[in-house]
Amino acid sequence: MNNIVVLLPVLIPFVAGVILIFFKNFSTIQRTISGLAAFILLFSSVFLTYHVYQDGILTLEAGNWSAPFGIIFVADLFAGLMTILSGIVGVACLFFAYKTIHKDREKFYFYPFYFFLLTGVNGAFLTGDIFNLFVFFEVMLISSYILIVMGGTKYQLRESFKYVVINIFASALFLIALAFLYSLTGTLNFAHLAQRIAEAEQTGVFNVVAILLLIVFAMKAALFPLYFWLPNSYYGPPTAIAAIFGGLLTKVGVYAIFRVFTLVFIHNIDFTHSVILFLAGATMFVGILGAVAKFDFRHILSYQIISHVGYMIMGLALFTPYAIAGAIFYIAHDMIVKTSLFLYAGVTQKITGTTDLTKMGGLLRTYPLLGWLFFISAIALAGIPPLSGFFGKFAMIVAGLDQGQYIIVFISLLVGLLTLYSMIRIFIYVFWGEPKIENDKDNPVKIMPLLLPIIPLAALTIAMGVFAEPIFSFSMEIAEQLLDPSQYIESVFKE
Amino acid sequence: MEILMIVTAGIIISVSTYLLLTRSILRVVFGIVLLSHGVHLLILTMAGLMGGSPPLLTEDASSYTDPLPQALILTAIVISFGVTAFVLVLGYRTYKEHKTDDLDQLRGNGDE
Repeated sequence: MNNIVVLLPVLIPFVAGVILIFFKNFSTIQRTISGLAAFILLFSSVFLTYHVYQDGILTLEAGNWSAPFGIIFVADLFAGLMTILSGIVGVACLFFAYKTIHKDREKFYFYPFYFFLLTGVNGAFLTGDIFNLFVFFEVMLISSYILIVMGGTKYQLRESFKYVVINIFASALFLIALAFLYSLTGTLNFAHLAQRIAEAEQTGVFNVVAILLLIVFAMKAALFPLYFWLPNSYYGPPTAIAAIFGGLLTKVGVYAIFRVFTLVFIHNIDFTHSVILFLAGATMFVGILGAVAKFDFRHILSYQIISHVGYMIMGLALFTPYAIAGAIFYIAHDMIVKTSLFLYAGVTQKITGTTDLTKMGGLLRTYPLLGWLFFISAIALAGIPPLSGFFGKFAMIVAGLDQGQYIIVFISLLVGLLTLYSMIRIFIYVFWGEPKIENDKDNPVKIMPLLLPIIPLAALTIAMGVFAEPIFSFSMEIAEQLLDPSQYIESVFKE
Repeated sequence: MEILMIVTAGIIISVSTYLLLTRSILRVVFGIVLLSHGVHLLILTMAGLMGGSPPLLTEDASSYTDPLPQALILTAIVISFGVTAFVLVLGYRTYKEHKTDDLDQLRGNGDE
């Protein structure tokens, strides 16, 4: 049976993007269409996830060619949750873009590529076929190449050339891994791969392919030691673009790692998952060192992205339902908080004209609302109990203690402390002290329109903390579904 | 035949690695082009070469060539074509803005 609803989160942004191309010179029309499309997209993702929650995993077979021969889209709870999150991030950054994106950039197809980016991201979440994962990665990457260089300043051109070359290299590695995988198993369908590798027992050359895929996804997810491209390339583009990159793109890599290492390569956990555990520890530690060392709002946030990807991967590496539920909760929390933090950086940049911490100061006096909202998101990121960051981390640390992995628990606690330090440092430098910008008091910049997309994100952060119980039990269900690949396989093959 | 193809793919990929590590933008772009060619050859070879056999036409064919890898490569070629065009433009614009194509000089200095 075909469920067209599975494809909606891919189709809607794609169609919206195509329509938007035709209106490149009409700013108002572009804004109306893109705003509507973003909300419809969010709504359809919620609808899809509700449907999956009610009826179990849904699949769509393109052209009615049944799996494993045809192209297949699979929506399980994890994919559904990820599309909802990408919808939320998409809406928030879009409304921020209305107020901040320069007219010239708007005319040069900002909105179409914004939606093509979302198409690629949602496609990567929903596809049930590893070659289509590659194709949707490319859709996402090509849009991101264009968004990251849009405007063509000197800095952007220089850094995005590196970004593009690194990603092309990663894509080539991805294709090599696919070639090996196809010659070993004769299939590229996730469910079919899971079956065949279970039959063949995952030894020798399968581990090589697993690690090759891990390297590819680690490049996208900015894991240690492949994170070096991220901080500088996320520094160049306008805030709205940096925010959606920071919120979404690395998480697509994380999603791919989760998908492959909970469904396909699960028969040699001692080897693969201990590699992942090591990478998790190294990533979070090196990332936070970068954040502590930098004095620039955006650079700090970029290093925080790297560091927190480590946490998510740590949940996967521990590989118990509780740890994975914690990791999923953490992904949801991180996407929302990271996006909002990048948007704060945009607001303060709008006010002070800089992202250098040492040149800002005293903003709390003129913009108390902005200051306290930032404070909420900052301590949520650090994982202070009533807010969303705490619960995911707590679950992972408890799971780590249960497993006797004391080193990773120690590192994650230390990194949590350093996160708090680096966020509070931003708060002190930016919001305390004497205002350093002249005429600050008499002539405050109107920031209310800019705060409009941030307030719902901050509210979500608080809500995820206060109502952690139902959300965590939902993550628990997702984790159990992920750890039971037979559900996924059966729903694809309709046994 | 397979051995020959694999060695060819290996040579192409090693040449492209050399080009990717050079300092000139244009050579890096050539490296990207060669890399994708090498990878496509590898996919074709890894799926098994059946010289002289047609793709599957009927169910009772005794020997046939697997058409799937060719479909995969076709998709990959289209993607790499688009990406190459984009990288060429990007490289050209970078050269125009920075007045240099030496990647060593495009390194940037820490915080900006």
